[in-house]
Amino acid sequence: MTRKDPVRFFLDGDQVEAAPDETLWEVARRQGTEIPHLCHHPEPGYRPDGNCRACMVEIEGERVLAASCIRKPTPGMKVHTFGERVDKARSMVFEMLVADQPPRASAHDPESRFWRWADRLGVDGSRLPARRPGTPDTSHPAMSVFLDACIHCTLCIRACREVQVNDVIGMAYRGHHASIVFDQDDPMGVSTCVACGECVQACPTGALMESSRVDETGRARALDMNSVNSVCPYCGVGCQVTYQVADHRIVTVRGRNGPSNRNRLCVKGRFGMDYVHHAHRLTHPLIRRDDAPKAADLQVDPADPSSHFRKASWDEALEAAAGGLLRIRERDGGRALAGFGSAKGSNEEAYLFQKLVRTGFGSNNVDHCTRLCHASSVAALLEGIGSGAVTAPFTAAEDADVIVVIGANPTENHPVAATFFKQAAQRGKTLIVMDPRGTALKRHATHMLQFNPGTDVAMLNAMLNVIISEELYDRDYVTRRTEGFESLKRGIGEFTPEAMAPICGIDAPTLRRVARTYANADRSIVFWGMGISQHTHGTDNVRCLIALATLSGHIGRPGTGLHPLRGQNNVQGASDAGLIPMMYPDYGPVDSPEVRARFEDAWGVTLDPDRGLTVVEIMDAIHAGQIRGMYIMGENPAMSDPNVTHARAALASLDHLVVQDIFLTETAWHADVVLPASAWPEKTGTVTNTNRQVQLGRRAIAPPGDARHDLWIIVEIARRLGLNWTYDDAKSVFAEMSEVMPSLNNISWDRLQKEDSVTYPCPSPDEPGQAIVFGDKFPRAGGLARLVPVDLIPPDEQPDRDFPFVLSTGRQLEHWHTGAMTRRSGILDRLEPEAVVSMAPGDLGSLGIEPGESVRVITRRGTIELKSRIDAAMPPGMIFIPFCYAEAAANVLTNPALDPYGKIPEFKFCAARLEKA
Amino acid sequence: MSPSEAEIVRLRHPGKGKHTTRPVPKGRQVDPVAVDEVRGLLGPEPVRRDLLIEYLHAVQDAFGHLSTRHLAALAELMKLAQTEVFETATFYAHFDVIPEGQEPPPDITVRVCDGLSCELAGAESLMEGLRHVLGRGARVLRAPCMGRCHCGPTVAVGARHLDHATVDLVADAVSEKRMKPVIPDYVHLENYLADGGYGVLKQCLDGRRSVESVIAILTDSGLRGLGGAGFPPGRKWEIVRSYDGPRALAVNADEGEPGTFKDRFHLENSPHNVLEGMLIAAWAVEAETAYLYVRDEYPAARAILRKEIDALTGTGLADHVRIELRRGAGAYICGEESAMIESIEGKRGLPRHRPPYVAEVGIFGRPTLVNNVETLYWIRDILEKGATWFADHGVKDARGLRSYSVSGRVRDPGIKLAPAGITARELIENHCGGMAPGHEFKAYLPGGASGGILPASMADLPLDFGSLEPYGSFVGSHAVIVLGHRDDLRRVALNLMRFFEDESCGQCTPCRVGTEKAVALMRRPEWDAELLRELADTMTDASICGLGQAAGNPLMSLLRYFPETLR
Repeated sequence: MTRKDPVRFFLDGDQVEAAPDETLWEVARRQGTEIPHLCHHPEPGYRPDGNCRACMVEIEGERVLAASCIRKPTPGMKVHTFGERVDKARSMVFEMLVADQPPRASAHDPESRFWRWADRLGVDGSRLPARRPGTPDTSHPAMSVFLDACIHCTLCIRACREVQVNDVIGMAYRGHHASIVFDQDDPMGVSTCVACGECVQACPTGALMESSRVDETGRARALDMNSVNSVCPYCGVGCQVTYQVADHRIVTVRGRNGPSNRNRLCVKGRFGMDYVHHAHRLTHPLIRRDDAPKAADLQVDPADPSSHFRKASWDEALEAAAGGLLRIRERDGGRALAGFGSAKGSNEEAYLFQKLVRTGFGSNNVDHCTRLCHASSVAALLEGIGSGAVTAPFTAAEDADVIVVIGANPTENHPVAATFFKQAAQRGKTLIVMDPRGTALKRHATHMLQFNPGTDVAMLNAMLNVIISEELYDRDYVTRRTEGFESLKRGIGEFTPEAMAPICGIDAPTLRRVARTYANADRSIVFWGMGISQHTHGTDNVRCLIALATLSGHIGRPGTGLHPLRGQNNVQGASDAGLIPMMYPDYGPVDSPEVRARFEDAWGVTLDPDRGLTVVEIMDAIHAGQIRGMYIMGENPAMSDPNVTHARAALASLDHLVVQDIFLTETAWHADVVLPASAWPEKTGTVTNTNRQVQLGRRAIAPPGDARHDLWIIVEIARRLGLNWTYDDAKSVFAEMSEVMPSLNNISWDRLQKEDSVTYPCPSPDEPGQAIVFGDKFPRAGGLARLVPVDLIPPDEQPDRDFPFVLSTGRQLEHWHTGAMTRRSGILDRLEPEAVVSMAPGDLGSLGIEPGESVRVITRRGTIELKSRIDAAMPPGMIFIPFCYAEAAANVLTNPALDPYGKIPEFKFCAARLEKA
Repeated sequence: MSPSEAEIVRLRHPGKGKHTTRPVPKGRQVDPVAVDEVRGLLGPEPVRRDLLIEYLHAVQDAFGHLSTRHLAALAELMKLAQTEVFETATFYAHFDVIPEGQEPPPDITVRVCDGLSCELAGAESLMEGLRHVLGRGARVLRAPCMGRCHCGPTVAVGARHLDHATVDLVADAVSEKRMKPVIPDYVHLENYLADGGYGVLKQCLDGRRSVESVIAILTDSGLRGLGGAGFPPGRKWEIVRSYDGPRALAVNADEGEPGTFKDRFHLENSPHNVLEGMLIAAWAVEAETAYLYVRDEYPAARAILRKEIDALTGTGLADHVRIELRRGAGAYICGEESAMIESIEGKRGLPRHRPPYVAEVGIFGRPTLVNNVETLYWIRDILEKGATWFADHGVKDARGLRSYSVSGRVRDPGIKLAPAGITARELIENHCGGMAPGHEFKAYLPGGASGGILPASMADLPLDFGSLEPYGSFVGSHAVIVLGHRDDLRRVALNLMRFFEDESCGQCTPCRVGTEKAVALMRRPEWDAELLRELADTMTDASICGLGQAAGNPLMSLLRYFPETLR
């Protein structure tokens, strides 16, 4: 079926050559003829379907015409793309479709691909009788459905089921009664639709449109839109986007063909960008009023900060901000200051921020939210394979035979990455999902292991035991590429599946089967998320995963590898840029004299030789009186830290707190100076996604009011701290980064402007970067991977009689992190408007509570009150709360116990009690 | 100890606070009770995606309809999305999908055949009558051809077919709840064996016949594919064999072409001839599985096959192939071989694009031999009696015997075993006792709804593959419907076009929209001949499958041969 050799045939009389698997339509386009097409969408992921019949061509010797989009040439075939017969058929097909459309004058989208093709074919009306028009479906806040414009091309179905694999849209009924439906012909707004908007982007007629560009009569508003290419500011997937801007507002967002997203987006990227226009945006600097003392339980209305803050000029605010920091530096020394940078900002911002702390404050007390997400992963990866980044992009799932997703819920947290996993499963690859919760991937999984919360090591050790005891490991690979095998082998003997089954809750035969499947496959790849990392045994969890991959030789080849799914859009880049207390840019240890000397040279200053404090340690140090001043840029520890009551008390007790952000966050309530900054679409800079792809974000709109670019603010603070900085823009910062960061070799600013995305490491300026690394050696001394045996460590706080439930926290699809951005997006707020706790139906029932009723959740740290939700995916005895809701902040409840290596708190496990509110 | 109100941490939140959250995850939640109910119906075997339609039947048979909660439960059990189950269920006419809050249908469904032959026999007024007479306990639906065209009007009360139906006959059956099919007499396994049946198969299985020799005999016999396309089966077997296995076999018993009932006739009389042909074909192409796809309108044939296949598997004669009996669900399009394959895979019956042909990429992507019931029916006799015996039956250039389904205005309609190449006039005169009293021969449909309409003046053309094509017609499944001088040809054409409109799968524009527009235009008092011709041309030239390509034939016939009927 699949051709290997090119095919010669005749296209409109000319002899042409088709590449293997090229269709007639593709060859014709290559030859300069664009054959009309509606159901064919020549974009990644959309197979031709041949149903609309707009692209008919004549093939000599065939009885009927052929759809060129789906037909492949055979040697000597004579094809005609025009002529009376072809033209007649195409025109009549359009006339049939036009008959049932609203007239052009009242078309939902008169500029749709459909109408533009009708124009080109000269079809502006129809002689055929029209059917009754349908009623619009406006039940969804983000999208409008006008099936009277539907031509049954099925692009939305392919979008929903083959590209995004969300499986919501179907074609129900038959013949001319056939209709696009959501689920079981439900209104879109009450269906299982996750609002990725792929269907809207694919629809050629205006039957599916972003509601943001539809007026009250159901027609596309006439807008003079310009397009700006950038990158999505939400998760670590790093989807490339095109903002469509009119009147200085982002009207719609379209997915672009980036290497990590291939035009796809999720609900946040597509419909969650309106936060930038929210009325709460900070538009001028604020200084705390003298009559507004700080208090741990203080709250300020972000719509009207005047109760606690007064407006100030930039000069005054910058003087006050830097002055306060200077005073503490002079009084208590640089180590009395700390800075939190942000994984939400650009690489250039992260780089300058850490440089400011290290050279301006004079300490290494700089950290960011990587501490709260993958610090343990990075610790284990650095120890085991010498690099904290992924060894392969998530798109490598396409080449894998076995895909393991453990402790991750990518359909919620990395939705576009999840599409690749679902597609792989759809194509028959083995998908193994391991998670205490029955995530949406469960339906696609070959094996679903819902193990007991906190027993990751027991389960993974059992798999290692099988791989070693049954000698499934790659002997040659282990010998050539690893060290520590013997000690691992000695230690693993006791962890038999039979012994581990009662602990992890997965029966021994399943553990054996899954271990064999993983090890015996040609290509296996592992993805994990914070279900692995956010534990006191998070580093141990990852050590097990490293052992799995290296024992089996499933690393460094296509379709293999280790991939911690990074959370924030730029958590990889911010970490690379040195926004961490123990490392300089590119992970040079601060306590290495050689590395330090290199940076002292480059930066022209003397640097603190000791490691700085981490996020949670900084909060403790504030309570201990050691840290007195902080500069926080784009982070919200008052919501994101474990046991936030403790964190808020710390922030309130600081002598001086400078917060640089776009909203008056919960953290900013405790600030002395608030500096209004820029949202991502307002600035230009680079970000690095989970795949190590360095990507260029471009400015689409101006910051509101007197808000300024973050880079400018950092430089102004630095100058006032006595640093003689002269950076003009992101490009000049990037140039300096390139000098000190070998990882950016061959990735120039100009190249990024041309290519938008380049993977590091990159061997030369005109070659693509290396997507898959460590095929020959690991970047450790000696070049070998290190196998580290681990023991079972139970979670820090076990359920007991008083606190019988296991509480896990995390994110949900619609909301980002602490909610500062997404809860200010009109659509995202509509979709998930309130704090909820999810639990198994039986658990809620046993408490005598109806779904939707309010409950109190109590832990040893505090109490919150929120709505209950039953979710059949939740195992009994476990509850889940997203941490984005301030009114019921999950981190009031969480346990700040830390992983000893990664210093990451145990967000995924603590003991809790529920009561009816 | 419970915390006090003051101890509850409530921060000011940045959301609008205008909306209330959902007490459940997005979308319709699966009802665990419904899951248990459905699980009980699926049996102990592991759930299979391709059995979706069988499962839907199981649920509908048990509950009388398909509720959304049961569909959601079935989706959950099958690890499918709800829409995948829903779109399949709503594609097939025999599934009653009832949304939440809607009344389920009455216990009894009365389907009145509105195929052309039954309409000629008075189906329309029968339906009117039934709607008046039957109360709330039964509903009356119009339904496409039920394959009993020689004894119309036909009505199905549940799964029981009533021939020459009258209002009284139907009302009695309804009131007595007679809804099970009547199983006719047929040749049972022991009788078939006693008559030397399966002897040829045994010769094949034990090596006394080679595949090559079998194919050679079939080729020499002139046997053609009798599903309608006339492709020589021997050649087809060779093609399927040329692709690497594993291979599959499908028996197309989805005889839905209006006017055609020969396959039902053979299945209900001589099931083992068909099964032996199937087993020989499976042997010849080394098929792992043989699927027998029987339309839901043939419950008696299905019951016979179920019983006889079970008996047959006990003999060891079918050890070389796994046999799966599949039940259609009311969709003419599934008689199209690639649509049937989709249906066998448990999906909507959408025809596939060709190439690739199903011989290369068929069921589950495997090389697949699809043969029609009658084609297989002849195989034993041909192999037993020789190629010449069969070939000699033909008239002129045509070879072999054919089972003509004759209905309409003839005195003695029914299945007529007659030589290939016979003319319509000969068929009427020599096999059907001439025209029915009071009817003068005016026109005929040589190949069911798809084959066009020819005037009586062209009744001397041989009825064979290729001989009618020059006249915009074809013999297809050899379903000859004879029309008399009092029959309104416009009504006839409208009946046929409505049939195609109802049965179009909806996949491609020319067929989905074209049939619907054609019906609307043909309902007008004045026909716009030019526009109808353009419409029909595009349907013919640009539809994906034979349904759409042939749907315009009756219309084109009228425009061509009966211009006087247009106004």
